Amino acid sequence: MLGKLFELFFTFARIGAVTFGGGYAMLPILQHELVKKRNWTTDEDLADYFAIGQCTPGVIAVNVATFIGRKRAGIFGGIFATLGVVFPSLVIISLLAGVIQIYAEIQWVKHAFAGIRACVCVLIFNAVYKLWRKSVIDIYTLGIYLAILAGAMFLNLSPVIFVLISGAAGVIVNVWRVKK
Amino acid sequence: MIYVRLFLEFFQTGLFAVGGGLATLPFLYSISDRTGWFTHSQLADMLAISESTPGPIGINTATYAGFITSGISGAITATVGLITPSIIVILIIYAFLQAFRGNFYVESVFYGLRPASTAMITAAGLIVARITFLNPNPDSVINFKTAILAIVLLIFTNAINRTKNLHPVVWIIFSAIVGIIFEF
Repeated sequence: MLGKLFELFFTFARIGAVTFGGGYAMLPILQHELVKKRNWTTDEDLADYFAIGQCTPGVIAVNVATFIGRKRAGIFGGIFATLGVVFPSLVIISLLAGVIQIYAEIQWVKHAFAGIRACVCVLIFNAVYKLWRKSVIDIYTLGIYLAILAGAMFLNLSPVIFVLISGAAGVIVNVWRVKK
Repeated sequence: MIYVRLFLEFFQTGLFAVGGGLATLPFLYSISDRTGWFTHSQLADMLAISESTPGPIGINTATYAGFITSGISGAITATVGLITPSIIVILIIYAFLQAFRGNFYVESVFYGLRPASTAMITAAGLIVARITFLNPNPDSVINFKTAILAIVLLIFTNAINRTKNLHPVVWIIFSAIVGIIFEF
């Protein structure tokens, strides 16, 4: 049990350490570490966790870590995975705190992060394509995908609204199909 | 006691900031106004730095705010305060999902949620892509350096079997080095 908890802590600490640019950028890393390498979860489950993370309080990365930790090793698993994912931030930010303004102005740091941003775009694109093949499975899910994409790009609405609408749409479509 | 107040302020932020790291910002501004623990300009620096350090943005900002308030123990207190409500809420939702697994309505909700979740991640990616590949400067609309790097990465991560399955961090390090060498 203790071994499992440490494994969760260190796995998520590794994920936290290489996530640049927020929760969404974590998706490609999660797919590689958790779905492909360790078989702890599936792409479909990850999509569910991200959706739930969108409409529950707190940081998405933390929500996803709690879910997977809980699934693997109970309540303490959830707590250890979450502590793991925030651990690198705690260490790095505390170390940099004194020099933080200077650090952000260093030229080569800026160049490095311009490169990393381009990379993160490609990694998110690949990750989204994988999710897309598993979540957009018929004409109805395609409609939901396009509608929410347009909404998220052009309307300044809270993600909570998109989650509520799409959940309701899923129920309506399925009820209608059963009745038919 | 400063630690109790730090914990409670960030607990509140974690409880009410729905929709990811950036949603914590308005709460942090309000903490700054009410307590004077950190200034608005420190918050802006913190946001800039969060983009240039690993880790979720919400966690980075909480850690930094806690740190400038009262050192390492402040950083830990603020971060733990921020994540505690999430952990509790997710554990409750998990228990609920276990209980209703296989239920027609719950399954139907997720049938609709999955494409929506994919769409929201697509949108977030497109927003990052816009600031990465398009210059604000009208003289050169496309940023060719980042665009070429992205095309190279797309080929390596999808079309070439030998490199397709490498860990994403390999590409992150590669891109950082390319960025430094070619002065992105």
